[in-house]
Amino acid sequence: MRTLYRIVHQTEYRYASAVQLSRQVLRSTPRNTPFQRRLRHFIRVEPQPSEWFERKDFFGNALVQFALQSPHQSLLVEITSHVLVRSRNRLQAKLSGAPWEQVRDGLQQGTGTPFLDPAQYLYASPHVPTTPRFAAYARPSFTPGRPLLEAVYHLSHRIYQDFRYDPTATNISTPIETVLRKKRGVCQDFAHLLIACLRAVGLAARYVSGYLLTHPAPGKEHLVGADATHAWVSVYCPEAGWVDLDPTNDQWVDQEHITVAWGRDFSDVSPLRGVILGGEEHELEVRVSVQPELSTAVNACPHHGEGTIAG
Amino acid sequence: MRDFFSAYPKASGRFDELQDASGRIRPHWQTFMEAVAASRSEQMRRRLNHVQRQIFENGVTYNVYADPQGTVRPWDLDLLPLIISPEEWRHIEAGVRQRATLLNLILKDVYGEQRLLHDGLIPPALVHGHSGFLRSAHGIPSPDGVYLHLYAVDLARSPDGGWWVLADRTQAPSGAGYALENRLVISRVFPDLFRQLKVEHLAGFFHALQQSLSHWAPIGQSGEPPRIVLLTPGPYNETYFEHAYLARYLGFPLVEGHDLTVREGRVWLKSLEGLQRVHVILRRLDDDFCDPLEFRADSALGIPGLAQAARLGQVLIANALGSSLLESSAFFGYFPSLCQHLLGESLRIPSVATWWCGERAALEDALQKLDGLVIKGAFPQLRMDTLFGADLSPRERERLILRIRQRPYNYVAQETVQLSQAPSLERGGLHRLHARAMGLRVHVVASPEGYVVMPGGLTRIAGDGDERVIALQRGGASKDTWVLSHTPVSTFSLLPRSFHARDIVRGGANLSSRVVENLFWFGRYTERCDNTARLLRMTINRFLEDASFMAGPEEPQPYLLALCRVYGLLASAAQAQPAASGELSSPPAEPAHSAAPRSRDSLKDALVAGLVDATAHESFAAHLGYLTRVGFSLKERLSLDNWRTLNRLTQALEEQRILQGQEANLGEALIFLDQAVNALMTLAGFAMDGMTRDVGWHFLSLGRRLERLQFLVSMLRHGQVEHRPKLPREGKTTRIRREWSALEEMLELADSVVTYRSRYMMQPEALSVLDLLVLDDTNPRSLLFQLHMLREECRHLESRFGGTFGAALERMQHLLTQQNFTQILTDPESSVFGDLLETLWRESSQLSERIGQRFFSHVPEQRTGT
Repeated sequence: MRTLYRIVHQTEYRYASAVQLSRQVLRSTPRNTPFQRRLRHFIRVEPQPSEWFERKDFFGNALVQFALQSPHQSLLVEITSHVLVRSRNRLQAKLSGAPWEQVRDGLQQGTGTPFLDPAQYLYASPHVPTTPRFAAYARPSFTPGRPLLEAVYHLSHRIYQDFRYDPTATNISTPIETVLRKKRGVCQDFAHLLIACLRAVGLAARYVSGYLLTHPAPGKEHLVGADATHAWVSVYCPEAGWVDLDPTNDQWVDQEHITVAWGRDFSDVSPLRGVILGGEEHELEVRVSVQPELSTAVNACPHHGEGTIAG
Repeated sequence: MRDFFSAYPKASGRFDELQDASGRIRPHWQTFMEAVAASRSEQMRRRLNHVQRQIFENGVTYNVYADPQGTVRPWDLDLLPLIISPEEWRHIEAGVRQRATLLNLILKDVYGEQRLLHDGLIPPALVHGHSGFLRSAHGIPSPDGVYLHLYAVDLARSPDGGWWVLADRTQAPSGAGYALENRLVISRVFPDLFRQLKVEHLAGFFHALQQSLSHWAPIGQSGEPPRIVLLTPGPYNETYFEHAYLARYLGFPLVEGHDLTVREGRVWLKSLEGLQRVHVILRRLDDDFCDPLEFRADSALGIPGLAQAARLGQVLIANALGSSLLESSAFFGYFPSLCQHLLGESLRIPSVATWWCGERAALEDALQKLDGLVIKGAFPQLRMDTLFGADLSPRERERLILRIRQRPYNYVAQETVQLSQAPSLERGGLHRLHARAMGLRVHVVASPEGYVVMPGGLTRIAGDGDERVIALQRGGASKDTWVLSHTPVSTFSLLPRSFHARDIVRGGANLSSRVVENLFWFGRYTERCDNTARLLRMTINRFLEDASFMAGPEEPQPYLLALCRVYGLLASAAQAQPAASGELSSPPAEPAHSAAPRSRDSLKDALVAGLVDATAHESFAAHLGYLTRVGFSLKERLSLDNWRTLNRLTQALEEQRILQGQEANLGEALIFLDQAVNALMTLAGFAMDGMTRDVGWHFLSLGRRLERLQFLVSMLRHGQVEHRPKLPREGKTTRIRREWSALEEMLELADSVVTYRSRYMMQPEALSVLDLLVLDDTNPRSLLFQLHMLREECRHLESRFGGTFGAALERMQHLLTQQNFTQILTDPESSVFGDLLETLWRESSQLSERIGQRFFSHVPEQRTGT
């Protein structure tokens, strides 16, 4: 099964006073992976930037650094992507496999080429501390001898059950210790939390940013712009490579997630990050629309009839 | 002689630099010690005084705590140098050079191919678990593969006489400047001995640094002379003195992040002359602070876009971004094998024995010997205190072991080195020789021909008592380091050249934009403090004199209260809007944004808050806070007297705050305000009489005049009361009549009471008062006088830098000097003056902005309309 998506992602800043200089880093180009292919991709920035540098970052994400050097009152960045996503349907194979301790010991002691990729995601990072508190939360899922992915899914499922989705509870600078205490947050918090727990028990986990096809409530039209950017987790499994799962929606990632970038945590993949001179207060509006253009089969997620949660 | 040595302890269990095991002075110390021991005590005292005077006069300091109030400690320099024999030095030199070469190759690999990681020669945790590994810096090219341009190593000598490496400084090593300063002082105290002993000179090292950075400067085909700057985090940094000192000595401009900007992938210095290309940045700023766009977003010290400029090869950053990685002692255990692998040699100077617990065998080994070891965090982000295994209680020990086992890769265990002792002279007892534990920091610079080691270095000695830790933060002292030579030494010197070098932060039109911006605001805030102090003083006076000085929410506000509102002095902290740019947030005619105090008591509290509440945005305390901050960043340019005046005022305000916090006391507030007005007059006086009239001064003056003009505009705008006829008859135009009130208050606020009385000897009358405050161009507090002065300053800028700044103000100046303007002022039916005041406010704000864009932030002016 394959689905072709058309994604429009708009970010608009309106400033209280003119911004004199602005320098931004944009990471919003969907990656090519074994499960998805970027067919077309446009970036529109208004006003027109005076500098434009494209490159790939350390994790292989495409990025653009651009600058605006004349006074402006607003900034619009619009990314249009056409991405073909195919099903990862290999769930059965994943759930059996090596016990998690074996994977952990291999990762912790391994050196040389095969370990370099997962080793990047074993340690604490700016948004992800690995204190014993997270290991303690993870512990009940990591029973001796349990196959890695079974344990990981169990943990992710517990997060889904124990935590409430609440966009008012946190913001980007809320430490995940607070999230763990309050038991509330959004996709980014749950992804960070799952990563912290996995790293705290010695496993490799990375943060994936992207888009999610959301399902309208029954009888409602799919609204353009009502979607949001999303984040989930990828865990390293020696047999299967990186396996993605979405703690916010309690599911393995299949063909409704469109991968944009990955890194150790949000700080490595933040879609638009910039430094401005002037501007004072600003208003920010982000509009995302994910439209399946052509699909061999798009079916609603069975256990989420009321709609999936993005963001 | 015997007496002199009597207090010097025989070393037990440690190496003695001065004496051998049998108590004989080592040969390379003999000449020096004999001469010192034979010196008469008053001669030694003279030498010591000379050292202290030099330190004081040169302003050598080490900021113990980065505190704006200036907890700076004078540099503590021991009179006796550490002496090292030529043979010994050859060993150190070769070892340090080898280590620099090795560390550079490792950096080159980690930020390039990562062969060492692929081949398993470095465990991945050491790189990926280290916050100093900057992923954004991976792949940034470095000419000739040099990542480590400056490197320093901390050495200590073990009891058997061998040298050990305690720490590597790979990011922005400090100490070379202090070593140089120490040398200049001590070589003048012992000029004959210095010559006679053929001590190696340091200048060659600094010359190599200049040459190397020029050599690698990315000037392309342009052939232009490379511009090299020294980037400092600023005066709060603990080694700021050294930054300023080295910058002057090397002839590199000393800059802060705000002085630089990145345009079109190149780095530019913002100067009054415009943007000037920068090719090389010798940085003293930490890796992750360098570029808020790619590294720490909260860094206010960095330059957005810098990493991209480096990536494009348009600027050389020394040391390369990300070089702090190798400061972690977790690498120590891998250096011997890496040295074999990369250089085919064995490591000449060993590192102090270190176990990185991330390796299973090392972990078990370290836990076995824990009592004899020091435990440290393996990576800087862990911010772990150093623990001495021997100091731990059984419980602490157990808990530590548990923590280590949970995340072993975060810990290193290290042997302690029994530091050697060196002779030292204490201030109190010049006739007795003491012994202090010591360590030596040796500096290295990269050159196209390989690494060059500074023959000498910074010797540090422990304070009395603690012999395990040598840290200047903890009260140690330093020594000059004399490396002796058998052959004549080079007397090459950089001094004459360097002290005449054009230091662009100080000189003329090349003045940095940041410095002039600060001067501009220094002028504005001095004036704003003065204005608010006068306004508060007068308001409080009236409040005390007049029991009915109070207006309810519906009644018209007394003139002074209305003005206080414009200046935010009655706003409670919660309601005030931030005046982020430093511009007043409300134009003069805008109605007040806070509710009126409802009773005399609440007004009293509001006035006190307007004086002492430093958390408000527009209180006197807040303005004084801004002034102090701006002043602090101008520390190098302001005289000590400025500082003293400002510090005394800040202290007095602090006392007021405490006093008023106990019980609001307006009488005390008045006494303080008198003092404040005096102090601010003194500051203004320094600016008038004590500063050279360079470009910077003109900006200060411009700021001051703009601020005063705006204060006068506000004052006058509120002095005119409008009366609207109650029922405008149909068909007739409504006539608004304007009357002047508050003449007395205006006279006093403009400090013109005395002038007025001497001229008119009568009660204030509208015509004469307005003439004095608006049109009298001999009154330094009149509107017209400010316009004249502003025009002068603008003309000065125009003739020097081009462009037009004062055209609009000039038009208004002409308007005011018209024949009949006196009549217009007092004509109750004319709105001309009211309109003019509004235009003046607008134009002066725009002037301030235009100056900012042109000279401070270098934004091309937006052309609108004509």
